[in-house]
Amino acid sequence: MKPTRAVGVIGYGGYIPRYRIDAAEVDRVWRGSGKKEGQSFKAVPGPDEDTTTIAIQAARNAMDMASIDPNELRAVWFGTESKPYAVKPTSTIVADAIGALPHANAADWEFACKPGTEAMQAAIGMVGSDMARYAMCGGADTAQAKPGDVLEYTTGAGGAAFILGPGQESVAVLQASTSYVTNTTDFFRREGQEYPNHGQRFTGEPAYFHHIRSSVMTLMEEIGAGPGDFTFAVFHQPNSQFPLRVAAELGFARNRVEPFVLTNLVGNTYSGAAMLGFAKALDVASPGDRILLASYGSGAGSDAFSYEVTDKIVEVRKRGVPIERYLKRTKSVDYAMYARYRGKLRRN
Amino acid sequence: MHFARSWRQQSSNLRLVGSRCTSCGAILFPERIRCSGCGSTELEDHRLSGRGTIFTVTTVFEAPRGFESQVPYFAALVELEEGPIICAMLTDVDREDVSVGKKVTMVTRRILAHGDDGPIIYAYKFTPELAG
Repeated sequence: MKPTRAVGVIGYGGYIPRYRIDAAEVDRVWRGSGKKEGQSFKAVPGPDEDTTTIAIQAARNAMDMASIDPNELRAVWFGTESKPYAVKPTSTIVADAIGALPHANAADWEFACKPGTEAMQAAIGMVGSDMARYAMCGGADTAQAKPGDVLEYTTGAGGAAFILGPGQESVAVLQASTSYVTNTTDFFRREGQEYPNHGQRFTGEPAYFHHIRSSVMTLMEEIGAGPGDFTFAVFHQPNSQFPLRVAAELGFARNRVEPFVLTNLVGNTYSGAAMLGFAKALDVASPGDRILLASYGSGAGSDAFSYEVTDKIVEVRKRGVPIERYLKRTKSVDYAMYARYRGKLRRN
Repeated sequence: MHFARSWRQQSSNLRLVGSRCTSCGAILFPERIRCSGCGSTELEDHRLSGRGTIFTVTTVFEAPRGFESQVPYFAALVELEEGPIICAMLTDVDREDVSVGKKVTMVTRRILAHGDDGPIIYAYKFTPELAG
């Protein structure tokens, strides 16, 4: 799939909360060993942070980089599975905070961990059809996990925002995008439930791997490209192993993928995961580089994109905040503070 | 619940929109209907940059109702680069990093939630500038 008019990213931004908890600390509380394999931390939202505040900061960083009038945005679309309000859009608050209201479409998207890239496809369509000059999309989460569950070792917090606009203004121009979606129940959260449920190993081969392989192979076939044509590849990252394994299966060299796997540093940020990786890739990309982005959302599906970086990246990204700054801004918390910050302690 | 009040304050809370007096040029925050400098009622909306410095700061241990869960927190007077001095909470900062004159920037955070089923109030706080 590609629009009739060239479309690309004209600005992007990410945000990661400051606090980190070591996976070994989670293990100490629930299994008593405190052991872990390698380095593994996850970002913890502060007591005054949630998906909305994360999305707002990512959106502000994207707007600073794009340097456009917010009134020219015709859409502000954010994807999340941790909405602070069950009914009331997060996107209206984000759009208000960046000054994009009232003449904009604002909506929240939902598809487990990939609503942000769904919104990206829609934004591409909106700009590509000339309905809008600019449209914002993004994904953010304060990922939920049942205390003591294996998910709790990795569920992090963070998000990223992208502004799509005309190709001639872009730092990265879209070449094509595909989606591969099936009715596969591997991970879900029922209405009214606080924590998600998952199918353990079933989340792997029939879910994550099959869908990402399918979307990426379809994309590469459509544009006549192979793994060697991409400078960088970014995959959804529920843990640090899955993206490296699927990359190897697809034929991507490890050194073109690993720098953008942030899971060991910030955890699985659900809707923000692949998008933060993509932002980090754009932070270091050079003109002419091709970047593959492949998201995954349980339920299940994968969206794949191919972007080519333009000369504009060099100047435009100077106005932004590199993801690396948020990766370096850390303060460790123990499980007690994590439990307080995440609202797991009830006082009434 | 304060639906109307929080709705009226949204532009100030989320975007730091204040007023600029078209007669004397004074920048005011929050929005006013009369200039506190010259008394003129000729005011226009003015969005502040969100950049400023800590003018003075204190640590709050006994918080007003609704803020108890956030203690201890820092309450500061922040002098914005446009001139106004506003009262705001600091966030993502440790005691050793708080000092008068320190540069801070505005971020949007959850200020208050009216119980588990009431509205969430998002508004400005300030945090040290992100290190380059």
